[in-house]
Amino acid sequence: MGVNTIHWFRKGLRLHDNPSLRDSIRGADTLRCIYILDPWFAGSSNVGINRWRFLLHCLEDLDASLRKLNSRLFVIRGQPTDVFPRLFKEWQINRLSYEYDSEPFGKERDAAIQKLANEAAVEVMVQISHTLYDLDKIIELNGGQPPLTYKRFQALINRMDAVELPAETITCEVIKKCATPIGDDHDDKFGVPSLEELGFETEGLTTAVWPGGETEALMRLERHLERKAWVANFERPRMNANSLLASPTGLSPYLRFGCLSCRLFYFKLSDLYRKVKKNSTPPLSLYGQLLWREFFYTTATNNPCFDKMDGNPVCVQIPWDRNPEALAKWAEGRTGFPWIDAIMSQLRQEGWIHHLARHAVACFLTRGDLWISWEEGMKVFEELLLDADWSVNAGSWMWLSCSSFFQQFFHCYCPVGFGRRTDPNGDYIRRYLPILRAYPAKYIYDPWNAPEEVQKAAKCIIGVHYPKPMVNHAEASRINIERMKQIYQQLSCYRGLGLLATVPANPTNGPSGSNVTGVNTGTSQGPGGSSEEQYVQEGTSRTGTQQLLHLISFHVLFTFEETSSITFLKTCFIPRVFKKR
Amino acid sequence: QKKKKKKKTKQDTITDCDWARLPQELLLHIFQYLPLLDRAYASQVCRGWNQAFHMPELWRCFEFELNQPASSYLKATHPDLIKQIIKRHSNHLQYVSFKVDSSTESAEAACDILSQLVNCSLKTLGLISTARPSFMEVPKSHFISALTVVFVNSKSLSSLKIDDTPVDDPSLKVLVANNSDTLKLLKMSSCPHVSPAGILCVADQCHGLRELALNYHLLSDELLLALSSERHVHLEHLRIDVVSENPGQHFHTIKKSSWDAMVRHSPKFNLVMYFFLYEDEFGPFFNDEIPVTHLYFGRSVSKEVLGRVGLHCPRLVELVVCANGLRPLDEELIRIAKHCTQLSAIGLGECEVSCSAFVEFVKMCGRRLSQLSIMEEVLIPDHKYSLDEIHWEVSKHLGRVWFPDMMPTW
Repeated sequence: MGVNTIHWFRKGLRLHDNPSLRDSIRGADTLRCIYILDPWFAGSSNVGINRWRFLLHCLEDLDASLRKLNSRLFVIRGQPTDVFPRLFKEWQINRLSYEYDSEPFGKERDAAIQKLANEAAVEVMVQISHTLYDLDKIIELNGGQPPLTYKRFQALINRMDAVELPAETITCEVIKKCATPIGDDHDDKFGVPSLEELGFETEGLTTAVWPGGETEALMRLERHLERKAWVANFERPRMNANSLLASPTGLSPYLRFGCLSCRLFYFKLSDLYRKVKKNSTPPLSLYGQLLWREFFYTTATNNPCFDKMDGNPVCVQIPWDRNPEALAKWAEGRTGFPWIDAIMSQLRQEGWIHHLARHAVACFLTRGDLWISWEEGMKVFEELLLDADWSVNAGSWMWLSCSSFFQQFFHCYCPVGFGRRTDPNGDYIRRYLPILRAYPAKYIYDPWNAPEEVQKAAKCIIGVHYPKPMVNHAEASRINIERMKQIYQQLSCYRGLGLLATVPANPTNGPSGSNVTGVNTGTSQGPGGSSEEQYVQEGTSRTGTQQLLHLISFHVLFTFEETSSITFLKTCFIPRVFKKR
Repeated sequence: QKKKKKKKTKQDTITDCDWARLPQELLLHIFQYLPLLDRAYASQVCRGWNQAFHMPELWRCFEFELNQPASSYLKATHPDLIKQIIKRHSNHLQYVSFKVDSSTESAEAACDILSQLVNCSLKTLGLISTARPSFMEVPKSHFISALTVVFVNSKSLSSLKIDDTPVDDPSLKVLVANNSDTLKLLKMSSCPHVSPAGILCVADQCHGLRELALNYHLLSDELLLALSSERHVHLEHLRIDVVSENPGQHFHTIKKSSWDAMVRHSPKFNLVMYFFLYEDEFGPFFNDEIPVTHLYFGRSVSKEVLGRVGLHCPRLVELVVCANGLRPLDEELIRIAKHCTQLSAIGLGECEVSCSAFVEFVKMCGRRLSQLSIMEEVLIPDHKYSLDEIHWEVSKHLGRVWFPDMMPTW
């Protein structure tokens, strides 16, 4: 009996740099590339139409590329644990391959499938190709814990072995004699579904600004590199009004779905840099986009609670407000702040917004204005944003809401000023909020301040045709800054009046509820420094037992005479892991 | 739990021990290390331990957390526990705080508890809104009467934190009438029902006041003079929030002589000012020397104002600028480095500074800069320094490794 293999596409929707697929083909007699469409996925899950469309484009592109190799893509509906035993039997499978998925849910799912494969005597071949490095090795290098600052992460990266070269693209030469049995009814049984078939209303749907697929991804990569070479400048580009618009060289959704290999991007960047800068070593900042992605993947891989506040050891417990009405206004772009609403509008229409736009809306929702939980924002991004994968989305939201990794909460984005400074003329607003098109640049960011004549002339009365601002920003930011300070003061167990928050070296009784007024004589750590010790600190929330006593919440007992603190920057501290008791 | 285990091995080698008959002082000592929940579990073990659980010393401090499931993700203090505390321990309470979420219900519940603290002699009281200022939604009379209960009964209040509450002048009078000898700390930012006369009354009578936080509209020359009177102790902190309700709001000025009197009286005092103003409302500020030590600009502040800060704030220790605009702050920063010789902490948000000017700034400040929090986007590379080079230069002058703050890029 020959080797019959299945390659299971999840992410990694490409034929270039796909080592698990390449290994799978070696010595195999038959190959079937599958994609499993979980039936629960389309209806109830939190995935918007743009993301579905992108995925379908990716699958169609894969199918087209496989056709050129006398193969096809098999799209199968069902849950993996149901699908595989059936396929193993039907197709007499003895080999299964897939790209390693580092996310906790992925690892769990794959463990279950591995078990099924072992029971069916199916050889499993897994390779890492969604990240630059083996994330477990990074964690090992950091003493078994993921690095909690980006600087620390960069330092570790510098010590890792070089990134592995991308695997060779799957071509006819690679496939050789490996065949794919294709039935006449393939399209009916295994064809890529359409949006309509998945239950979406497509009437009035505009063409995708971000077309999915490996072909598109590789084309964009070339353009991206061309542009960089032409500019001969690898510095961070200055932000201007144009940056806000979707770029034909943007790559983030393709990295997320795996249409573009991060390793290919990495090496192409390095090669280009060496060529233009005459062989000098590329700085780490060149790979910024890729390394941020890698950072969040690393922090998330061993933390199934990474996307929650409760029970998440790296997340500060912040008393966010539950306010579904306010959340809806934000999500639907009805806040009354044109800058925020235009961004959310672009997000909903196109599926991508510039990272500074993300900072603006994330800050507005959480610590800046609405004081709503980052988890809610994360869910909205998950639905609408093409490049929002689990690790990066959750990690970024925690970062932007000052819930982890980053504590400089004084840095607040003004929903009027920030936009105005970025695009003084307001063209971005006019494009995504046509109702405000006729407003002059002077008032387009704060139209509620426009005199009546101006509003009338613009045929848009604030409060009638466009909402009034839902908060008073000055008031909201004042209150929220104070709230953040309160929280961080308690966390750093700040006592006394020195300029730096002293971070205790030992676990303290800060939020643990004891009333021992312990004196913290920890060594004071320099801010932003390279030292990074992770302290054990008890969390403020607790998942209780069944007994009545569990209803007694943790109490923070303190005499606030000792916590009278007045400054801001004092409350910065080195992030630590909060261990649940 | 660790302590218990240690004790066990020790005891086992000495005698057969009867855990129920551990001396109360020992139990107290051990219990003080346990968080409330564990203590509560321990109290269920036997009568002796239950008695220890209720010892007054363990009930000196308490923080009531009042949250509604509809408005908060966090758990609340259980109502039965609250009842128990009021019944058995209200006269033991000395350091109390209330943390409430955005719902009016929670703030009202806090007021209800306050009203029942008749037997309490509180030293510390904190009313803390963890989200929206829900105490402001409580009917004013309900709030005032609850607060008055504490003011009248405690008679030895030392620290009082009542920011964002509807406290008013008459209730401050009651506070003063009963606690003037003991009051050391009063935080009442954003209390719109208090007038300058109301706070003046506090300053006049409470000569032990060391810390005060209030809004700018309550600040007056008379207040500063009262705080600098001979009978008054040295002030340690004065925090002032300058908040604009509407664009174009007008703010009064404070005479330089009043500030001078403060500095003479309390040479080491910290003056903390938070500004939440529109760019064109800074007219009355920074035209004269002002002894501000910690300065925070919550909104966009102009180059011109920052220039004035450089000239008129010789005592400046910490400066945080949320946003400025897209013209480099090179000159202004250098001036601040030159004149603000005490500056040791600076934070810059949406601003721009050329790399060379920034290096110059750091060089001038040198190692006294213990806090340097600059967003990466602030630094503009120029002919002298690129972004990759700048962190080495800066680290060199600071004497420690330094990087700018970063935000994730997708």
